[in-house]
This record gives sequence, C-alpha cells and structure tokens, in this order.
Amino acid sequence: MEQFLQHVLNALILGGTYALLGIGLTLIFGIMRVVNFTHGELYTFGAYMLFMFVMSLGTNFFLGIVLAIAMGVLLGALTEVVLLRPIRGADIDTTMLVMIGAWIAMQSLEQLTWSGIAKSVNSPFPVEPLVMGPVSVSWARVFVFAVAILLIIGSHALIHRTRLGKAMRATFQDRETAALMGVKINQIYTATFALGSGLAAAAGALLAPVFVVYPTMGDMAALKSFAIVILGGLGNFWGAALGGFILAIVEEFGAGYISSGYRDAMGFVLIILVLIFKPTGLFAQKERVG
Amino acid sequence: MSRYTPWLVLLFFVTVPLWMRDQYYLHILITSGIFIVAAISLNLLLGYTGQLSLGHVAFFGIGAYTSALGSIGFDVELFGYILVVEPKPVWLAFITGIFVAGLAGWLIGKISFKVRGAYFVIVTISFAEVVRLVALNWIDLTEGPMALNNIPPITLWLPGQGETTVWRKLPNYYLVLAVAAIAFELVRRIVQSRIGRAFVALRGNEPLAMSVGIDVTRYLVIATVVSAAIAGAAGGLYAHYVRIVDPDIFLFIYTVTMVIMVIVGGKGTLWGPVVGGVLFGILPEFLREVAAPEVQWIIYGVSMIVIVFFLPQGIVPALSRVTHELRVAASPIAQDTKEGEG
Repeated sequence: MEQFLQHVLNALILGGTYALLGIGLTLIFGIMRVVNFTHGELYTFGAYMLFMFVMSLGTNFFLGIVLAIAMGVLLGALTEVVLLRPIRGADIDTTMLVMIGAWIAMQSLEQLTWSGIAKSVNSPFPVEPLVMGPVSVSWARVFVFAVAILLIIGSHALIHRTRLGKAMRATFQDRETAALMGVKINQIYTATFALGSGLAAAAGALLAPVFVVYPTMGDMAALKSFAIVILGGLGNFWGAALGGFILAIVEEFGAGYISSGYRDAMGFVLIILVLIFKPTGLFAQKERVG
Repeated sequence: MSRYTPWLVLLFFVTVPLWMRDQYYLHILITSGIFIVAAISLNLLLGYTGQLSLGHVAFFGIGAYTSALGSIGFDVELFGYILVVEPKPVWLAFITGIFVAGLAGWLIGKISFKVRGAYFVIVTISFAEVVRLVALNWIDLTEGPMALNNIPPITLWLPGQGETTVWRKLPNYYLVLAVAAIAFELVRRIVQSRIGRAFVALRGNEPLAMSVGIDVTRYLVIATVVSAAIAGAAGGLYAHYVRIVDPDIFLFIYTVTMVIMVIVGGKGTLWGPVVGGVLFGILPEFLREVAAPEVQWIIYGVSMIVIVFFLPQGIVPALSRVTHELRVAASPIAQDTKEGEG
C-alpha cells in the first residue's frame, strides 16, 4: 500500500510537467495546424538555459527559472517568425519537414555548445525529503509540481480571460472569419508558438535540477508530448492536461509493477489503445483534423 | 528522361569497381547503396502517397534483426514455452526478415490509417522508439546492448561457382547494387500501375479519390507494407554486410538521413532517392575532414529547411525542368516535351 501511494505521488509530480509539455504542443497544433517537432528541443533549451544562468553565470535559482522560460518564449517567437511565417499556408507535410530540419539543427547546436556530457544543476532545496506519513518526496519535486500547476492555471487564464486569448480561440475556431473580424493572425500565431515553446522550456527548466541535462533529452520529451496530445485529442487544452497526468500514472505503475525497462514504451501503448478504441482522443471535442 | 536512362545508370554503377580500386571508397558506396534502398522504400510512402514515415528505421532494423537472428539461431522463453530456432541458411533468414518487416508495416498501417493527419507520423516515430527499447531490453533474444555478433555473410548460388559466401567487398557491392536495382524496378512498376495511380490520386485529393471508388485506407496500407518490406531488405543487407547489429540501428538520425535523401533528391520521383542517396552517402566523407559530426548534422538540418524553402520539389524535378527548357530553347519549334516522373 505504501508503495502504491508512493507511485501515485510520483505520478502526480511527473504529470505536472507532462501536462505543461502536452498543453504547449496541443495549443500550437490546434491553432496553427503545425506538428511542432522542435517542442522537445525547446524543453532541452529551457534546461540548458537554467544551467547557463545558474551554473555558469551564478544567477539566483528562482530568477534563473524565470529567465529560462523567457528565453524559451523568445526562441519560440523567433522560430515562428523566421521559419514558419514564410511558409504560411503550405501543407502540413511541408511545415513538418521544416520543423524536423530545425529540430536536428537545434539539437546539434546544443551538443556543439554544451558538449554531449550530461550536466547537473544545483537547486537551493534542502536534501531531506518532505515526509507525509508513509510516503516521502523531495522538496525540489514539490516545487516542480507547484510551479507546473501555476503555469497550467496561468495559461488557461491567458486563453480564457484575456483579449489575446479570445483572439486565439477565435483563430482556433475559424481562421478566415477571425481575420475578417480584425484579428491579426500573424501576431496570434507568433504568440501561440511563443506560449507553447515557453511551456516546453518551463518543463525543461523545472526538471533540470531533478534529472540531468543532455542534448538528446528532448527526443523522449517530444515523443511523450505527442502521446499526450493524441491521448487528449489534438487541440484540446484540458485533454492535454489530463493526458499528461494519465501518461505519468501509466508510466509510473508500468515501471513499478511490470518492467522498468519499458517505462518509456508506455506512451506508445497508450497511443495504440486510443487509436484502436477512441481515435478522436479520450476527451473528444467537435473540432479535429480530418 | 529516356527509357535508356536506367540502363545507362546501372551500367555506370556496374563499371565503378573497375576504375575505383580503393576498398574504403567501395565500403562507402556499399553503405550508401543500402541507404538508397531504404530511401527508395521511404519515397514510395512519402513521395507517392504523401505519408511521412518517421520511424522507417524500425522496419530497417526489424529486417536486420530478423535476418541476423534467423541465420545465427536463438532460443527464447515465450509464455512458459521455450522456442528454439536452429540456424537457418542466410537467404532464408533474409527473406524472413523482409516478411517480418512487411508484417510490421501492415500492423502500423492498419492502426494508424484509421485516422488521417499527423497520426501516422506520430505512430511510426513512437513505434521505432518502442522497437529500440525491445531490442535493448529483451536480452535473451537480442543480446541487448551487447549486440548480435558474428552474423554470417550472405551465401549466394552463382552459376559456375556453386554456393559462394559473400565475404569480400566487391561481391557485396554487386549484391547491394542488384537489390537496389530490383527495388527501383519494383517501385517503378508499382507507381506506373493502377495502384500507383491510386496513390497519386489520394495524395492529391483524398475525398475526390474516395468518391471515384478508391479504397483509400486499403491503398495506404498496401503502400506501407511494400515500403516496410523493402526497408527490411535493406536492413538484412546491412546486417550481413556489417555483421554486427545493436539497438543503435534504431536511432532516429538514420530515419532523418533517409528523409533528407528523399526530400533533397525529389520526393515522388523515381530518381530522387537515388540522387539524394548518392549525395548524402558521399557528402559525410567530405564533411568528416572539415567538420565535427555535430556540424555535419547542423548542415543536414539546415539543408533540409533550405531545400523546402527554395527547392521544394527537390533536385531531380528542378534538373528535368532545366533540361526541358534548354531543349525547348535549342529547338526551332518549341516541342511539347513530356515532363514526367523521372
């Protein structure tokens, strides 16, 4: 029973960052119809930015997190303006190929800049874990979870409570009509991509002190984000948030009770099950790609 | 291009070892050739049906592992039973590898073509990752990270020589060339048949294709099976040439290499993967001396973006357009030259 509770707790903590990754990807896909293969690289980039600020430049840890997320937002905006804006209106395959090219180039650049050796980031949290009855969790992970939940609520508020969010939702529903109503589509796209990228960078920066930082860490993050997005239904905010937690639970229990070697395969098993039994995702909305 | 072009190109590649004696360059040509076969298979899906398989290396690797395991034999415990497979002749293992890879393609196609859009891409890329995890963790079968060693080379029956084991580079070169020629011809026949026209129709406008009675999902699954089987053949060639197979065969960068070959050469043209394959098979050898591997990958990534931006159809269609215009300019009466599929 203790083991069971511990698994549930671990899954909750991991699920927070998975949800961030999934929401970022699903927003970009839902609004822009772009399968964003650089998503995992933004995750890696966030982690390396935290490493750079905290370990190389000696910035305060919490300020470092904020700066890392800001850099992710900037890189996302830059990617959108430089790579995606010129091919606006191209079919989904063309943008996919450009994003794959950007993915490879970004990953190799990271490897060139920070070498392939794994880096670790020190966090200011106490070493003693937080003990809650039969289960315990490190303070660093509690922090990760708290910030992830805050960011999820914040993004939801951004989309549902602000003018920018309203314009995003309008673009999501019907791009042409939104443009006719005076929504500046290009700005919405850049904002969306920047927001999605920022969420991925946040996940990377948050997990950097918990795990280690290395150039290919984003590949698995990208695959898991895709699994989460399919799970929740393409373009579905709460679907992606819940999908993140579901994937974390399945992984945690799969690794705990079946086989730890196949931990990273659980997402694929979920994708297959979803495609067989409910191809529109678990929380299907009316809107989806044909 | 005239109907003699394939024969001229084949003749050229047949004569290459006559004037190029360097064993190392021959090795490069063999590995490039194996990748060209894989790129040809990818082109059938990406170029003609418009479906991007980002896990093509899975089919390649499944072919390699099956062929290797079949030829060295294995015993493995499955649900309490012990399955023992004695070493089989290499040609039989090779063909089994092609079948198993095709079967994997059928499964993936059946599942992911229930819906359209980005699903096929995501399913294939995840599938490749799962197969890599299986190869890494199922140590009883695959030896995991210790790799499968001492894979026997291919044995062929040659007229006048009887059973010959292909040890040296030269016969390996001709073997790869033969398989590449067969793959090329197979894909050519498919795309110029009814099936191929169905592919192109559904790539262009799926609802329209469906409305004239094309069973779209069925054709997509057919394309995936054939493509996966050819990739499996490439994998088998690789296994028996390099003679060691480890889980790194499933690395994503190999899929990317195939995709780049097809895109740069020209997707949806018969010669695209060949041109792209020769280019990106030989290019790393020049880059190796001037650039670190990371830089080489940056160049790959950037060239992919640049091609999509400036030469979206790839090299082959651009070339045939140029030759077409030259021909038109040279002749007094502008001829109606047919600009076709390679």
